[in-house]
Amino acid sequence: MYVIVVGGGKIGYYLTKQLLTEGHEVLLLEKDRRRQSAMAEQLGDVVMQGDGCEVRIMSEAGFGRADVIVAVTGDDEDNLVICQMAKKNFQAPRTVARVNDPANMVLFDKLGIDTTVSSTQIIFNLLEQQIEPGEIIPLGALKNGNIEVVAINVSERSPVLGQTIQDLRLPGNALIISVVRSDNAMIPQKDTRFENGDSVIAMVVAEEEPQLRHIFAEVHS
Amino acid sequence: MPQTIVILGCGRVGSTLAKQMSGEGHDVTVIDITSDSFRRLGNKFKGHRLVGSGLDQDLLKRAGLERASAFIAVTQGDNSNIMAAQIAREVFHVERVVARIYDPIRAQAYRELGITTLCTTTLAAGLIHDAALGEGQGDALLQASQTWDKVYLEQRC
Repeated sequence: MYVIVVGGGKIGYYLTKQLLTEGHEVLLLEKDRRRQSAMAEQLGDVVMQGDGCEVRIMSEAGFGRADVIVAVTGDDEDNLVICQMAKKNFQAPRTVARVNDPANMVLFDKLGIDTTVSSTQIIFNLLEQQIEPGEIIPLGALKNGNIEVVAINVSERSPVLGQTIQDLRLPGNALIISVVRSDNAMIPQKDTRFENGDSVIAMVVAEEEPQLRHIFAEVHS
Repeated sequence: MPQTIVILGCGRVGSTLAKQMSGEGHDVTVIDITSDSFRRLGNKFKGHRLVGSGLDQDLLKRAGLERASAFIAVTQGDNSNIMAAQIAREVFHVERVVARIYDPIRAQAYRELGITTLCTTTLAAGLIHDAALGEGQGDALLQASQTWDKVYLEQRC
């Protein structure tokens, strides 16, 4: 694969290093001259100096033949423009953008960026997972749809404890796809019984998520 | 009829527009990342001032973008203007969205994507060309330029 990484910060650096180790063709584009030469000392001549938002530089870097463009500068607006220009002027087959503000994930998706990654959101999800058992944790969303993949932790206070899947009155557009018990993911059967500590993985249409939440909501005395 | 207008960026262009439009009776809100920039508005400006990032959707909402009829992005950064303009269009469905873009290639690309972009680089080059060679609308444009200079100077005090 030919991967162009734009932004020579810490993420860009380690990403480039890892991609090189795995044998991919990589180009790291960094605007700042001093930073670029520091990166080049460590990574070699795969580091190019230039503004990844400028079409002339994009042409020189070979955006036209890249399989993936990854924009990981520190600024959401730059990452957006890099990916959009790559799509519009170079028909890039796949674009990946990093965002700081999780609110931009939905926006970037709407504006045609193929994949958006927010470390803020990832860390938030992990914290939520630790703080609030019983809550629905978003794991991801299916592209071009409003179907979400979520995880729900079953605790001792959960009303579904001891019930089987067929006992549940699931909303019409929700499907339990796995029950993870002591690190083993099981394909659930209709008589699978929920135990304390289970992690239930489900697919659900966004509008019906509240109903799913209601079924698993913890009982507080 | 008075319109609700949100201007992002209180530099020379943003502040001049804000003062003029507010003076014309429109409901103007100006956003800038530094409060210091608002000194350009002088003390006669009757619109609203908001400090913060124009890429923050919560802040844009507070600026009244939901009921704005026009959004103008004139910060120093092309990409900030581009992104803010797209938020205004896609999230808040603002009817008229105008962005100033220095890079002509980006200006053209986003014009094709439906945003009114003005590339002041090529625009100035074109105007200077006509004025220097006495071609096109050189005179009319010079007059327009003088009118806006006056706006800028009159409201400075």
